[in-house]
Amino acid sequence: MSNISESKREKAQSAINKKAAMGEDIDLSQFTRSAEEHPYQKDPSELTTATKGKMLEAGLMLDDPSQRVGTFIQMDNTPIHSSAKEEGVEVMPVSQAMKKYDWLMDYYWQAVAVDTDKYTASVELGQNDGYFIRTLPGVKTDYPVQACLYLSKAKFAQHVHNIIIAEENSELHIITGCTTSLGNEPGMHLGVSEFYIKKGAKVTFTMIHSWNPEFAVRPRTAAIIEEDGLFLSNYVLMKPVNSLQMNPIARCNGKNATARFNSILVARPESNIDVGSRVFLNAEGAKTEIITRAITMGGNIVSRGYIEGNEVGVKGHLECRGLILTEKGTIHAIPELKGNLAGIDLYHEAAVGKIAEEEVEYLMARGMTREQATATIVRGFLRVDIEGLPPMLNSELQRAVKTSEKDFM
Amino acid sequence: MLEIKNLTVAVEGKEILHGVNLTIGTGETHVLFGPNGSGKTTLLMTIMGLSKYQVTRGSILFKGEDITGMPVDERARLGIGISFQRPPVVRGVKTKEMVLASMKDKSNLDIVTTLASRTDLTDFLDRDINYGFSGGEIKRSELMQLLAQQPELVLLDEPESGVDLENIALIGKLINELLEKDSPMHSRNNMGLIITHTGHILDYVNARNGYIMLEGIISCMGDPREILTEIKARGYEQCARCAFRSAHHV
Repeated sequence: MSNISESKREKAQSAINKKAAMGEDIDLSQFTRSAEEHPYQKDPSELTTATKGKMLEAGLMLDDPSQRVGTFIQMDNTPIHSSAKEEGVEVMPVSQAMKKYDWLMDYYWQAVAVDTDKYTASVELGQNDGYFIRTLPGVKTDYPVQACLYLSKAKFAQHVHNIIIAEENSELHIITGCTTSLGNEPGMHLGVSEFYIKKGAKVTFTMIHSWNPEFAVRPRTAAIIEEDGLFLSNYVLMKPVNSLQMNPIARCNGKNATARFNSILVARPESNIDVGSRVFLNAEGAKTEIITRAITMGGNIVSRGYIEGNEVGVKGHLECRGLILTEKGTIHAIPELKGNLAGIDLYHEAAVGKIAEEEVEYLMARGMTREQATATIVRGFLRVDIEGLPPMLNSELQRAVKTSEKDFM
Repeated sequence: MLEIKNLTVAVEGKEILHGVNLTIGTGETHVLFGPNGSGKTTLLMTIMGLSKYQVTRGSILFKGEDITGMPVDERARLGIGISFQRPPVVRGVKTKEMVLASMKDKSNLDIVTTLASRTDLTDFLDRDINYGFSGGEIKRSELMQLLAQQPELVLLDEPESGVDLENIALIGKLINELLEKDSPMHSRNNMGLIITHTGHILDYVNARNGYIMLEGIISCMGDPREILTEIKARGYEQCARCAFRSAHHV
């Protein structure tokens, strides 16, 4: 991009070999950054059935977008579609938004540090677009904007930078599906997402990842939440992946700002997943809840959570529950709380283990077979009641979970 | 008919029941008294087939079939139902799912709401099973599931514990329904075995036989109310002597 400030580029340059604080180090040189351009799709329902099927698995409704207020699709390097149907909702490639709005530079790399690690640096230096989604002040959407980041080229590393702005007192719902058409070929996704949630605004962000067993994924996400703002993030990973590490940050900087993270993680054999959430409660009355449900079927999961209370009257709750379904596989829960003054209320709970035999037999005593009882308990385990998520989005989230359940039960 | 013959049961390697014999005929309700740790719950759990309770000797026959090694779910489908004293919380599994699972005919969903209404649990159907339930709510929930299951052998582990006076009449009414107490004895298909610590449930449910279990042995068969009176007057210690005298008669 032409108008990226030199200082950010320099910072990125200096961090290009900086290993991430967590997760295994991925050799970026094994991936290419170039990919052929794809044609613009005015009507995304005209994409191939196979492509739409993959996107549907990740929450994208292209044949009947009546319950969507906007759509963004990026295939490899190319934004192939962007549209918004509702007044006051903007959806476009971030490259286009940078040209349209000079002020957007004020947001660029403000929530996420460009020199966080080599992945953020690589996004800055090798960026191939991303989405810009914005709601204007007071605009409240009933339906979500849907976005898809799609990989179709093997050994390609997709670099995207997304910026989401909910202006004052607006309400924005987003479903992002990240997926690939590649069966078992390697690929990589590096995605930076910066959320700016203004005073009284509400953003729900539901991200569904559907990769393959050879994929490496490094999302880098941060949100800045102003007074009375709400950021509700739901993350679902139930399909195989080779290596995924992310540790998004929410900074509750305004009075009564709220951040909630819900994550559903399933590690297949050979998957290495390191997912956390960090929330900084920096203003009076700020609150957060971080809830994770992790299941391993032979893979490894590190489930992190970090809450820091920096102002009086803040509240935080961290909960991680892990279920080990097979002999192999590990779940390592690392809940952390840090209080920097009196008058804060932070607590956590974590439990990791196999399904309790007592629960299985309780269900069997009602006539279920052992297999039915186990499946019912696992389904229940994955059923997270998400406070604040509109019913329609909640049912879509449950549908995504249910679709993937079939693969392992 | 339920026939338990010379049953010896161990839990985690420790023998808890030592040669229990018990027969419950169709239509009959029997009551089991005994101090804490005497083996009452072990007997019920063993009849239900829970894996923690290992039968080391003897047998259990139900409707003429030897069920000693039968899995829990097969026993449930054969017609054995249990109200647990302290059932586990199963997060994410809704109460209505448990009621549905218990029903043989799952086509009539109205039954779920009807049963919830009758057990005063309508607001609990969408809640995680047993999560945050009071003692009385747990008992009513267990009975709701049994009413859905319609078992022929009803095992009740302290159905009145933790239930307030206001609700105990309702509990009694539901148990009487499960045990077909409104029908004459000869036309009943169901039978019951009730563990009670306090005996309060006997104010609402008639039972034919009572026993005392002491240190893993059943003894003192007789009229349940008379046994209860004896326990209240003399305590279990006196019964222990009685048990010593009469063990070989039971």
